Amino acid sequence: MAAALLPLLLLLATGPGSGRADAGQERRDALREELLLTPLPTGDVAATFQFRTRWDADLQRGAVSHYRLFPKALGRLVAALGVRELHLALTQGFWRTRYWGQPPLQAPAGAELWVWFQPTVTDVDKAWKELSNILSGIFCASLNFIDSTNTVIPTASFKPLGLANGTDHHLLRYAVLPREVVCTENLTPWKKLLPCGSKAGLAVLLKAERLFHSSYHSQAVHIRPICRDASCLAMSWELRQTLTVVFDFFSSGQGKKDWSLFKMFSRTLTDTCPLASQSKVYVDISPKNKEKELLEVSPPPTSVHEAIVQGDKKTYAVYDLLSPSLFNTSRSLNVQLKWKRPQDSSEMPIPTLHAQRYVGGYGLQTGEICTLIYNTHPYRAFPVILLETVPWYLRLYVHTLTIITKGKENKPSYIHYQPAQDRRRPHLLEMLIQLPANSVTKITIQFERALLKWTEYPPDPNHGFYVGSSVLSALVPSVTAMKDMDVEQSPLFTSLFPSSDGSSYFVRLYTEPLLVNLPTPDFSMPYNVICLTCTVVAVCYGSFYNLLTRTFHVEEPSRGGLAKRLANVIRKFRGVPPL
Amino acid sequence: MRQFPGRGLRGAGPVLSAVPAERARGRRAALSFATIAVVLGLPLWWKTTETYRAALPYADIDGLGQQPVRLVVPMAVVFSPGSVPGDLPRPLPFRDVQEMEISVNLRTSVTSRYEMRYRSTTGQEEAALAAATAREADAALHPLQDTTMGSLTMYVVPETSSLLPQGISVYVGKHRSALVRAGGSLAALQARLREVTQVMSFTASSIAAALSDRVPNGQLSPDARRNLKSSLGYEITFSLLNPDPKSHTVDWDIEGAVNCYVKPVLDKLSLVANFSVDSQILYYAVLGVTPRYDKESSSFLLSAHSLPHVINPVEARLGSSAASLYPVLNFLLYVPERSHSPLYIQDKDGATVSTNAFHSPRWGGIMVYNVEAPASPQASLPLHVDVDMARVMEVFLAQLRLLFGLSREEVPPEFLLESPGNEGLADWELDHLLWAHTVENIATVSTTLTSLAQLLDKIGNIVIKDDVASEVYRAVASVQSAVTKLSLGHLHAAFQASKEAVTSSERAFFDPSLLHLLYFPDDQKFAIYIPLFLPMAVPILLSLAKIVRETRLRKKEPTKMD
Repeated sequence: MAAALLPLLLLLATGPGSGRADAGQERRDALREELLLTPLPTGDVAATFQFRTRWDADLQRGAVSHYRLFPKALGRLVAALGVRELHLALTQGFWRTRYWGQPPLQAPAGAELWVWFQPTVTDVDKAWKELSNILSGIFCASLNFIDSTNTVIPTASFKPLGLANGTDHHLLRYAVLPREVVCTENLTPWKKLLPCGSKAGLAVLLKAERLFHSSYHSQAVHIRPICRDASCLAMSWELRQTLTVVFDFFSSGQGKKDWSLFKMFSRTLTDTCPLASQSKVYVDISPKNKEKELLEVSPPPTSVHEAIVQGDKKTYAVYDLLSPSLFNTSRSLNVQLKWKRPQDSSEMPIPTLHAQRYVGGYGLQTGEICTLIYNTHPYRAFPVILLETVPWYLRLYVHTLTIITKGKENKPSYIHYQPAQDRRRPHLLEMLIQLPANSVTKITIQFERALLKWTEYPPDPNHGFYVGSSVLSALVPSVTAMKDMDVEQSPLFTSLFPSSDGSSYFVRLYTEPLLVNLPTPDFSMPYNVICLTCTVVAVCYGSFYNLLTRTFHVEEPSRGGLAKRLANVIRKFRGVPPL
Repeated sequence: MRQFPGRGLRGAGPVLSAVPAERARGRRAALSFATIAVVLGLPLWWKTTETYRAALPYADIDGLGQQPVRLVVPMAVVFSPGSVPGDLPRPLPFRDVQEMEISVNLRTSVTSRYEMRYRSTTGQEEAALAAATAREADAALHPLQDTTMGSLTMYVVPETSSLLPQGISVYVGKHRSALVRAGGSLAALQARLREVTQVMSFTASSIAAALSDRVPNGQLSPDARRNLKSSLGYEITFSLLNPDPKSHTVDWDIEGAVNCYVKPVLDKLSLVANFSVDSQILYYAVLGVTPRYDKESSSFLLSAHSLPHVINPVEARLGSSAASLYPVLNFLLYVPERSHSPLYIQDKDGATVSTNAFHSPRWGGIMVYNVEAPASPQASLPLHVDVDMARVMEVFLAQLRLLFGLSREEVPPEFLLESPGNEGLADWELDHLLWAHTVENIATVSTTLTSLAQLLDKIGNIVIKDDVASEVYRAVASVQSAVTKLSLGHLHAAFQASKEAVTSSERAFFDPSLLHLLYFPDDQKFAIYIPLFLPMAVPILLSLAKIVRETRLRKKEPTKMD
């Protein structure tokens, strides 16, 4: 780009006096960042980053277009398209709830996007299409493949997480792209949205080559309106960027369960982001089985925080990066976790609610989707909302839907089923199922595989077709009673889902995505068919043509064939008269 | 065969004579096969496999390129008493026309035509001209003028008038009028009037700059490529770059500054295009060049030749406007890091630039804002900085004007331009922009449509749907009406029509339906058709050839008999 240097002319006059400079004014936006390290029962370790930008402004009014900490790209999007709430998650891998326990925030494999629009948006489908296209550009993801064939309107599963006046579900759109592969090109734009980028603060640890060398990687963006204060007279906007990564005990930890920041990220924390009003590292040091704590962390934490998270009493060692004492002793912070004695893996706690899903059946014509939902709570039953989105090319037979708990049929108290339309929309099945205490519920539904047009097959069709994860939303009864906490003060990882009361907590789980084989044609078939048909037509046509145009007549007897002549030559030699 | 024609015939004789009817039937059958294939088969095949192509006005599109554009400026020259030159050809009032050819290149010709109406002042105007200063006279004259866009009113005042300051012969007001000192003869006055009208409407170079894409390279000065392309809207983004938030907490009252300085200008410009303004603060955004340390002045210097490398790394952080397709104008305020301040920009001659800013053509501008070092080195970090927005906006507004081609630099010294005041932009400056943008829009539309027509002509596989065709028709009609309105002197209507033409032509050009069947190469078509066509066509052609041969032989036979 050619830049020309030019002495600039002073303007003759530029209007009245200089602008007001409110130096002492209260900052209207704030950034909080935190990192949660959770050692998992299997010896792996999960690291959850949360960056929260809170902005005390009303984005929907067109006048506000001056951005400080809130990224301009997203702010413009929310304002221009009338977005009320936006949740986007890009995930590689699958969170193994059964072995790793309840995650702070789970996301389905691939890309997930769900958006609540403002009631003022007239054409929601158009806004949704435009939004997915723009997000696809911002995050370098294939979100532009979201169209009517994979978009559904759930009625019960996805409620607004922020402030909402009404919950008219026609303003909601939900789509999952299970085939989406998440990699560095998605991480870079995500990091660019952070006010400090990856230059300072916790984001320094986000080194792509380590993050993607892991068994689970999930990055998400959540935008929602929240109450500005306890009285909730004004609205603020909250942007939450979360990133969860699970480092594998064998490949990253070299078979040792001792972890450190350097071992995980190959970096240490050296300074804080000067824009952050809170910057903390939490390490889950909760004692298992009510014994003495097994985990030793070094350096000594600045404080210890106790909280009840997802029904469990947890203890966290907290490192406050903003406290001046932390960087006094050493220039960098490298949190280390050491086990005091080898952990007994047989005592793994099993989460109250977990599920698994698989495809049954054989052959390429019919099949069966089986979902197993486990309630391991010893004495409490609770309901769960199950959301299934199945592409149109698997034709579900709803009459084959069976729900069996403890050998008896379990009748769902609410069913919302929207059948698919070929090439237009997917199946949507939402059910409210009561899970008895200590039970396994098996849900099966049969389907038939449709034949696609030959141009509709994706590249490598023999790989199979993905069916997105089904979503389980439940209020799980908690074993320990929870206190009502001040949302602004509690750690970020506890505050995205609202808890209705002290006795239960909200859980959203995703099952495995399915891979289904569809009958795949031989792709040279169309040409073969053309050739074969043409040959048949040509043969028929040729004989018909010959029959009609040729003249037939009786052939005169000729002088004889080769055999006769040969015989005559021999006869000549023998002196016998020829034939 | 030729030597023994008789023998062949005689040999075949009995057969021929045996089944002459049979042979004729065979021939008829072959002929009817061929006829059915040609009359029924071919059209059917053609009809079922053709791509739908709606008719386009190719002739009109071709004509657009050659169409001469005539810019007509209605102009009133009003003589105040005592200023009428002695050598007027006719008594006042009378009309006169001056034409001028602006040659851009061989194909495009732009003619400017000034339709002048000479008259003497009315009583009200005389009263207004009796004001003490030119500014007051301008304000008083404004309600008396023709206020349609593009029109101009020149008031000729006597040579000795005290309205204009000493040494100033032309005063250009806030609206669409100017006060001109009479210059003795009519010819001298007309020369002066021509200068004024060019300042207030368009010059050959401003039209050439608007058509810069059609002018061969090298003919234009680099300044001509500075102006922003005409567009239906622009997005203006002010970004504050703070690469060192540890040492500096920078605050800027951008909201107040935009309302105070930028909004008036944009309100005026809203006639030309839609504008949206936003601002952001980017932290840890560094320039791509490490400045050089200068020991003498103990400051850091950015030399002119390194400036092109400054923008690229910053631009990656700016974030494109995902929500719209309008071009973005970026204005960056860079507060240098503590370890690199103060930072100054050096021009080509090595002198520091007084404004400490530079601009990049068609992109925006960058200004370096140095923070004064604290008095005591022990001052606690971060240092709080409040940006002086008046200083910054002065530079940014000048850059904005420059990017729109509204610079007030190239004016002869004896001209006095009235400042636009709170409105930020004089009426005639707006006209100046409208003239240039209308011409540019017309040129853009004709280029777009011509290349679309060429493309559709060259690639036969492109489907042309009816809505694409209707957009093309609409674009052609709008651009023709724009040209007509220009030649009638209706600037505003012409600009609106040219805007519509741009919208329609872009919509036609970028319609996704054009690409649906684009990849359908001929070799694939042949591969599909040959298995059917070859076995069907060969017997037909062979028997046709045989029939032709036999007919020729039979024609020859009678001559042999003779």
